[in-house]
Amino acid sequence: MDFDFTDEQRLLRDSVAKLFANRYGDFEKRNGYAKQPDGFDRAIWTEYAEVGLLALPFDEKHGGFGGGPVETMIVMEEIGKNLALEPYLPSVVFAGAILRHGASDAVKDEIIPKIAAGEAIIAVAHTERQSRYDLNDVTTTARRDGDGYVIEGDKTVVIGGNSADYLIVSARMSGARRDRDGIALFLVDAKAEGVSRRGYAMQDGLHGAEVSLANVRVPASRRVGNLPVLERAADEAIAAVCAEAVGVMEALIAMTVDYMKTRKQFGVAISVFQALQHRAVDMYVAAEQARSMAIFAALSAASDDAKERGEAMAMAKSAIGKAARFVGQQAIQLHGGIGMTMEYKAGHLFKRLTMIDLQFGDADHHLRRLAA
Amino acid sequence: MELSFSSEELAFRDEVRAFIRDNLPRDVQQRMIEGREIGKQDIVDWQRKLNAKGWAVPHWPRAWGGQNWSPVHEYILIDELQSAPAPQPLPFNVSMVGPVIATFGSDEQKKTFLPGTANLDIWWCQGFSEPGAGSDLAGLKTTARREGDFYVINGQKTWTTLAQYADWIFVLARTNPQAAKKQEGISFILVDMKTPGITVRPIQLIDGGHEVNEVWFDEVKVPAENLVGEENKGWDYAKFLLGNERTSIARVGVSKQRLRRVRELAAKERAGDARLLDAPWFREKLAGIEIDLKALEITQLRVLAEARKSGKHGAPDPKSSILKIKGSEIQQATTELLMDVVGPLAMPYQRSTDAEDDGNATPIGPDDAAYAAPTYFNWRKISIYGGSNEIQRNIIAKAILGF
Repeated sequence: MDFDFTDEQRLLRDSVAKLFANRYGDFEKRNGYAKQPDGFDRAIWTEYAEVGLLALPFDEKHGGFGGGPVETMIVMEEIGKNLALEPYLPSVVFAGAILRHGASDAVKDEIIPKIAAGEAIIAVAHTERQSRYDLNDVTTTARRDGDGYVIEGDKTVVIGGNSADYLIVSARMSGARRDRDGIALFLVDAKAEGVSRRGYAMQDGLHGAEVSLANVRVPASRRVGNLPVLERAADEAIAAVCAEAVGVMEALIAMTVDYMKTRKQFGVAISVFQALQHRAVDMYVAAEQARSMAIFAALSAASDDAKERGEAMAMAKSAIGKAARFVGQQAIQLHGGIGMTMEYKAGHLFKRLTMIDLQFGDADHHLRRLAA
Repeated sequence: MELSFSSEELAFRDEVRAFIRDNLPRDVQQRMIEGREIGKQDIVDWQRKLNAKGWAVPHWPRAWGGQNWSPVHEYILIDELQSAPAPQPLPFNVSMVGPVIATFGSDEQKKTFLPGTANLDIWWCQGFSEPGAGSDLAGLKTTARREGDFYVINGQKTWTTLAQYADWIFVLARTNPQAAKKQEGISFILVDMKTPGITVRPIQLIDGGHEVNEVWFDEVKVPAENLVGEENKGWDYAKFLLGNERTSIARVGVSKQRLRRVRELAAKERAGDARLLDAPWFREKLAGIEIDLKALEITQLRVLAEARKSGKHGAPDPKSSILKIKGSEIQQATTELLMDVVGPLAMPYQRSTDAEDDGNATPIGPDDAAYAAPTYFNWRKISIYGGSNEIQRNIIAKAILGF
């Protein structure tokens, strides 16, 4: 039993915190980054590479640092506190996990160094109009054609897809729409013929894309996994996004408590009202429970037992989703009008928390997974 | 005890439904169903149709367009408008400043303002909240200094809804800074928005929309005859105004309409192999909100029945605070459920109504998806404004439980 970080992990946390303090310390700068063509600042992405964050989860033999879910948790928590816009979760954590678990050594040798150097961004194109949160619900097709495959279909809400150099696309080789068998993952060059993308901002300021694949040819060597690989990567992404949520909640609660101590009504700081103190306490309790689940998720994410791992992620994501809604809503209420404005950070923290619940399955979805 | 409406009340409800069906433009209704904004002119046109029918200000005195209806008739009209959905008559006009002028204003003010207020020829906005005076409204700092035949106003108002459309603003300003109690030195003054010295600055809300503003007053000279009632009695008029909304505050019709929308969308969404609407866990969630809403509807009718017995111009019933608390909680629950139905497709930012807006031009996925998250974000405000739910709890604690 040990909940302490190692010295190395503390160093990692401090260097990430320092990077974000420089870049995001002044919240207004975030607006400027979001308005850049990719929806984030490429110079900051280069700093991620320089600090080693983009190599963090990969094997040393592919130029990585061999970090595990706890290291990812540390990075994601800081991303959450700062509402960082860079596509770390989709590219390094989610797509990175697919490559680690599903790609051939040849593909890893080719792609991972590019990710680590900040030269390649990868997005996972799995959601479809009808699929909601079910990774096995796939209508996009892949058919064998000579020495490769031809992919056909539409993907929606591909997070990070606007700026991606490669897409990892889930496609059905055989079977019916929701069959667990017959699904394969393909690494597709985002500029390949037949790929069209429409990028956009999302509610929380991150960016995504609609992706259409029309007769897109992919070499057989670019097949990088199947449904179990996608599910395993999604589990790692869930652990990461849980840590991000904890960072968002921590920042939001600190802002709320600080606001309550300075906002005066009826001649006193509103923090003297016990009804409001208790509300803030409930937020804190929810966030600490959420933190426990984020740690549980991180410590379960590397398990090879798919069932045990999946259950842990379902528990964690359901708890995090519920806490995220509660903390977000109460923070806005305790702030009053100022919390509703675009120029103030609290509202943006609230929006990111809301969207985290809709990413990789909401609280209800995971509750039902567990209850099933 | 009798829960149902009388046959006369039912006939009136049918008349309202028919009127809405025959007169409300389809595109306005559709925009409201989807949670999109409706334009100023749409709101004006519709209020004028209601006013021509005698339905814009039925609760006003007869001389100024009132109908001397029972509170139940007023409720039926509002409930039908909300659940259609159709725009409601502009609350700043018909529920706020109109009744104040009709009750406390001079004959000259009544003649000058009431017909145009009912017909929305004059668009009013509310100059109450200030940066330092929210829940503690009586702590307001804006001043009105008497100089000959004028008041000179200085200060800043905030959260001023649709000030960008407004022709006039009703302002609470301090006329006696030396008053013993802070509530005692406040006056209620009508100000033409075109008066030199007024600056309106937009505030963008987290859903990306522009509905509220800051309104700044810098040496704004207002004719003294624009004072409503007596100098330094403005707080009484403000309290009268704020307690005047008991027929619409719960917005039961709005929630009914949104739950219909939830059902429609959930019938189109799939949960695995079945319709989302058929999933037992989803039906339980929906039923939970419907139970709360039914209880609220009956609580609302009980408050109205009480008002009918005691005479409608009595002091506001502190039970109205139940309507505000539960009404806002239920409305927020419905927007949350709608977003959950839309699911991951709620994530793209798709506003496109605002000129300065950087939203996407054509919708991602179905039209339904675009406004689900912004509506959820925006509606967090309803437990904050109009006396926050914390203030409503204070009212119940003091006025009903006697703490």
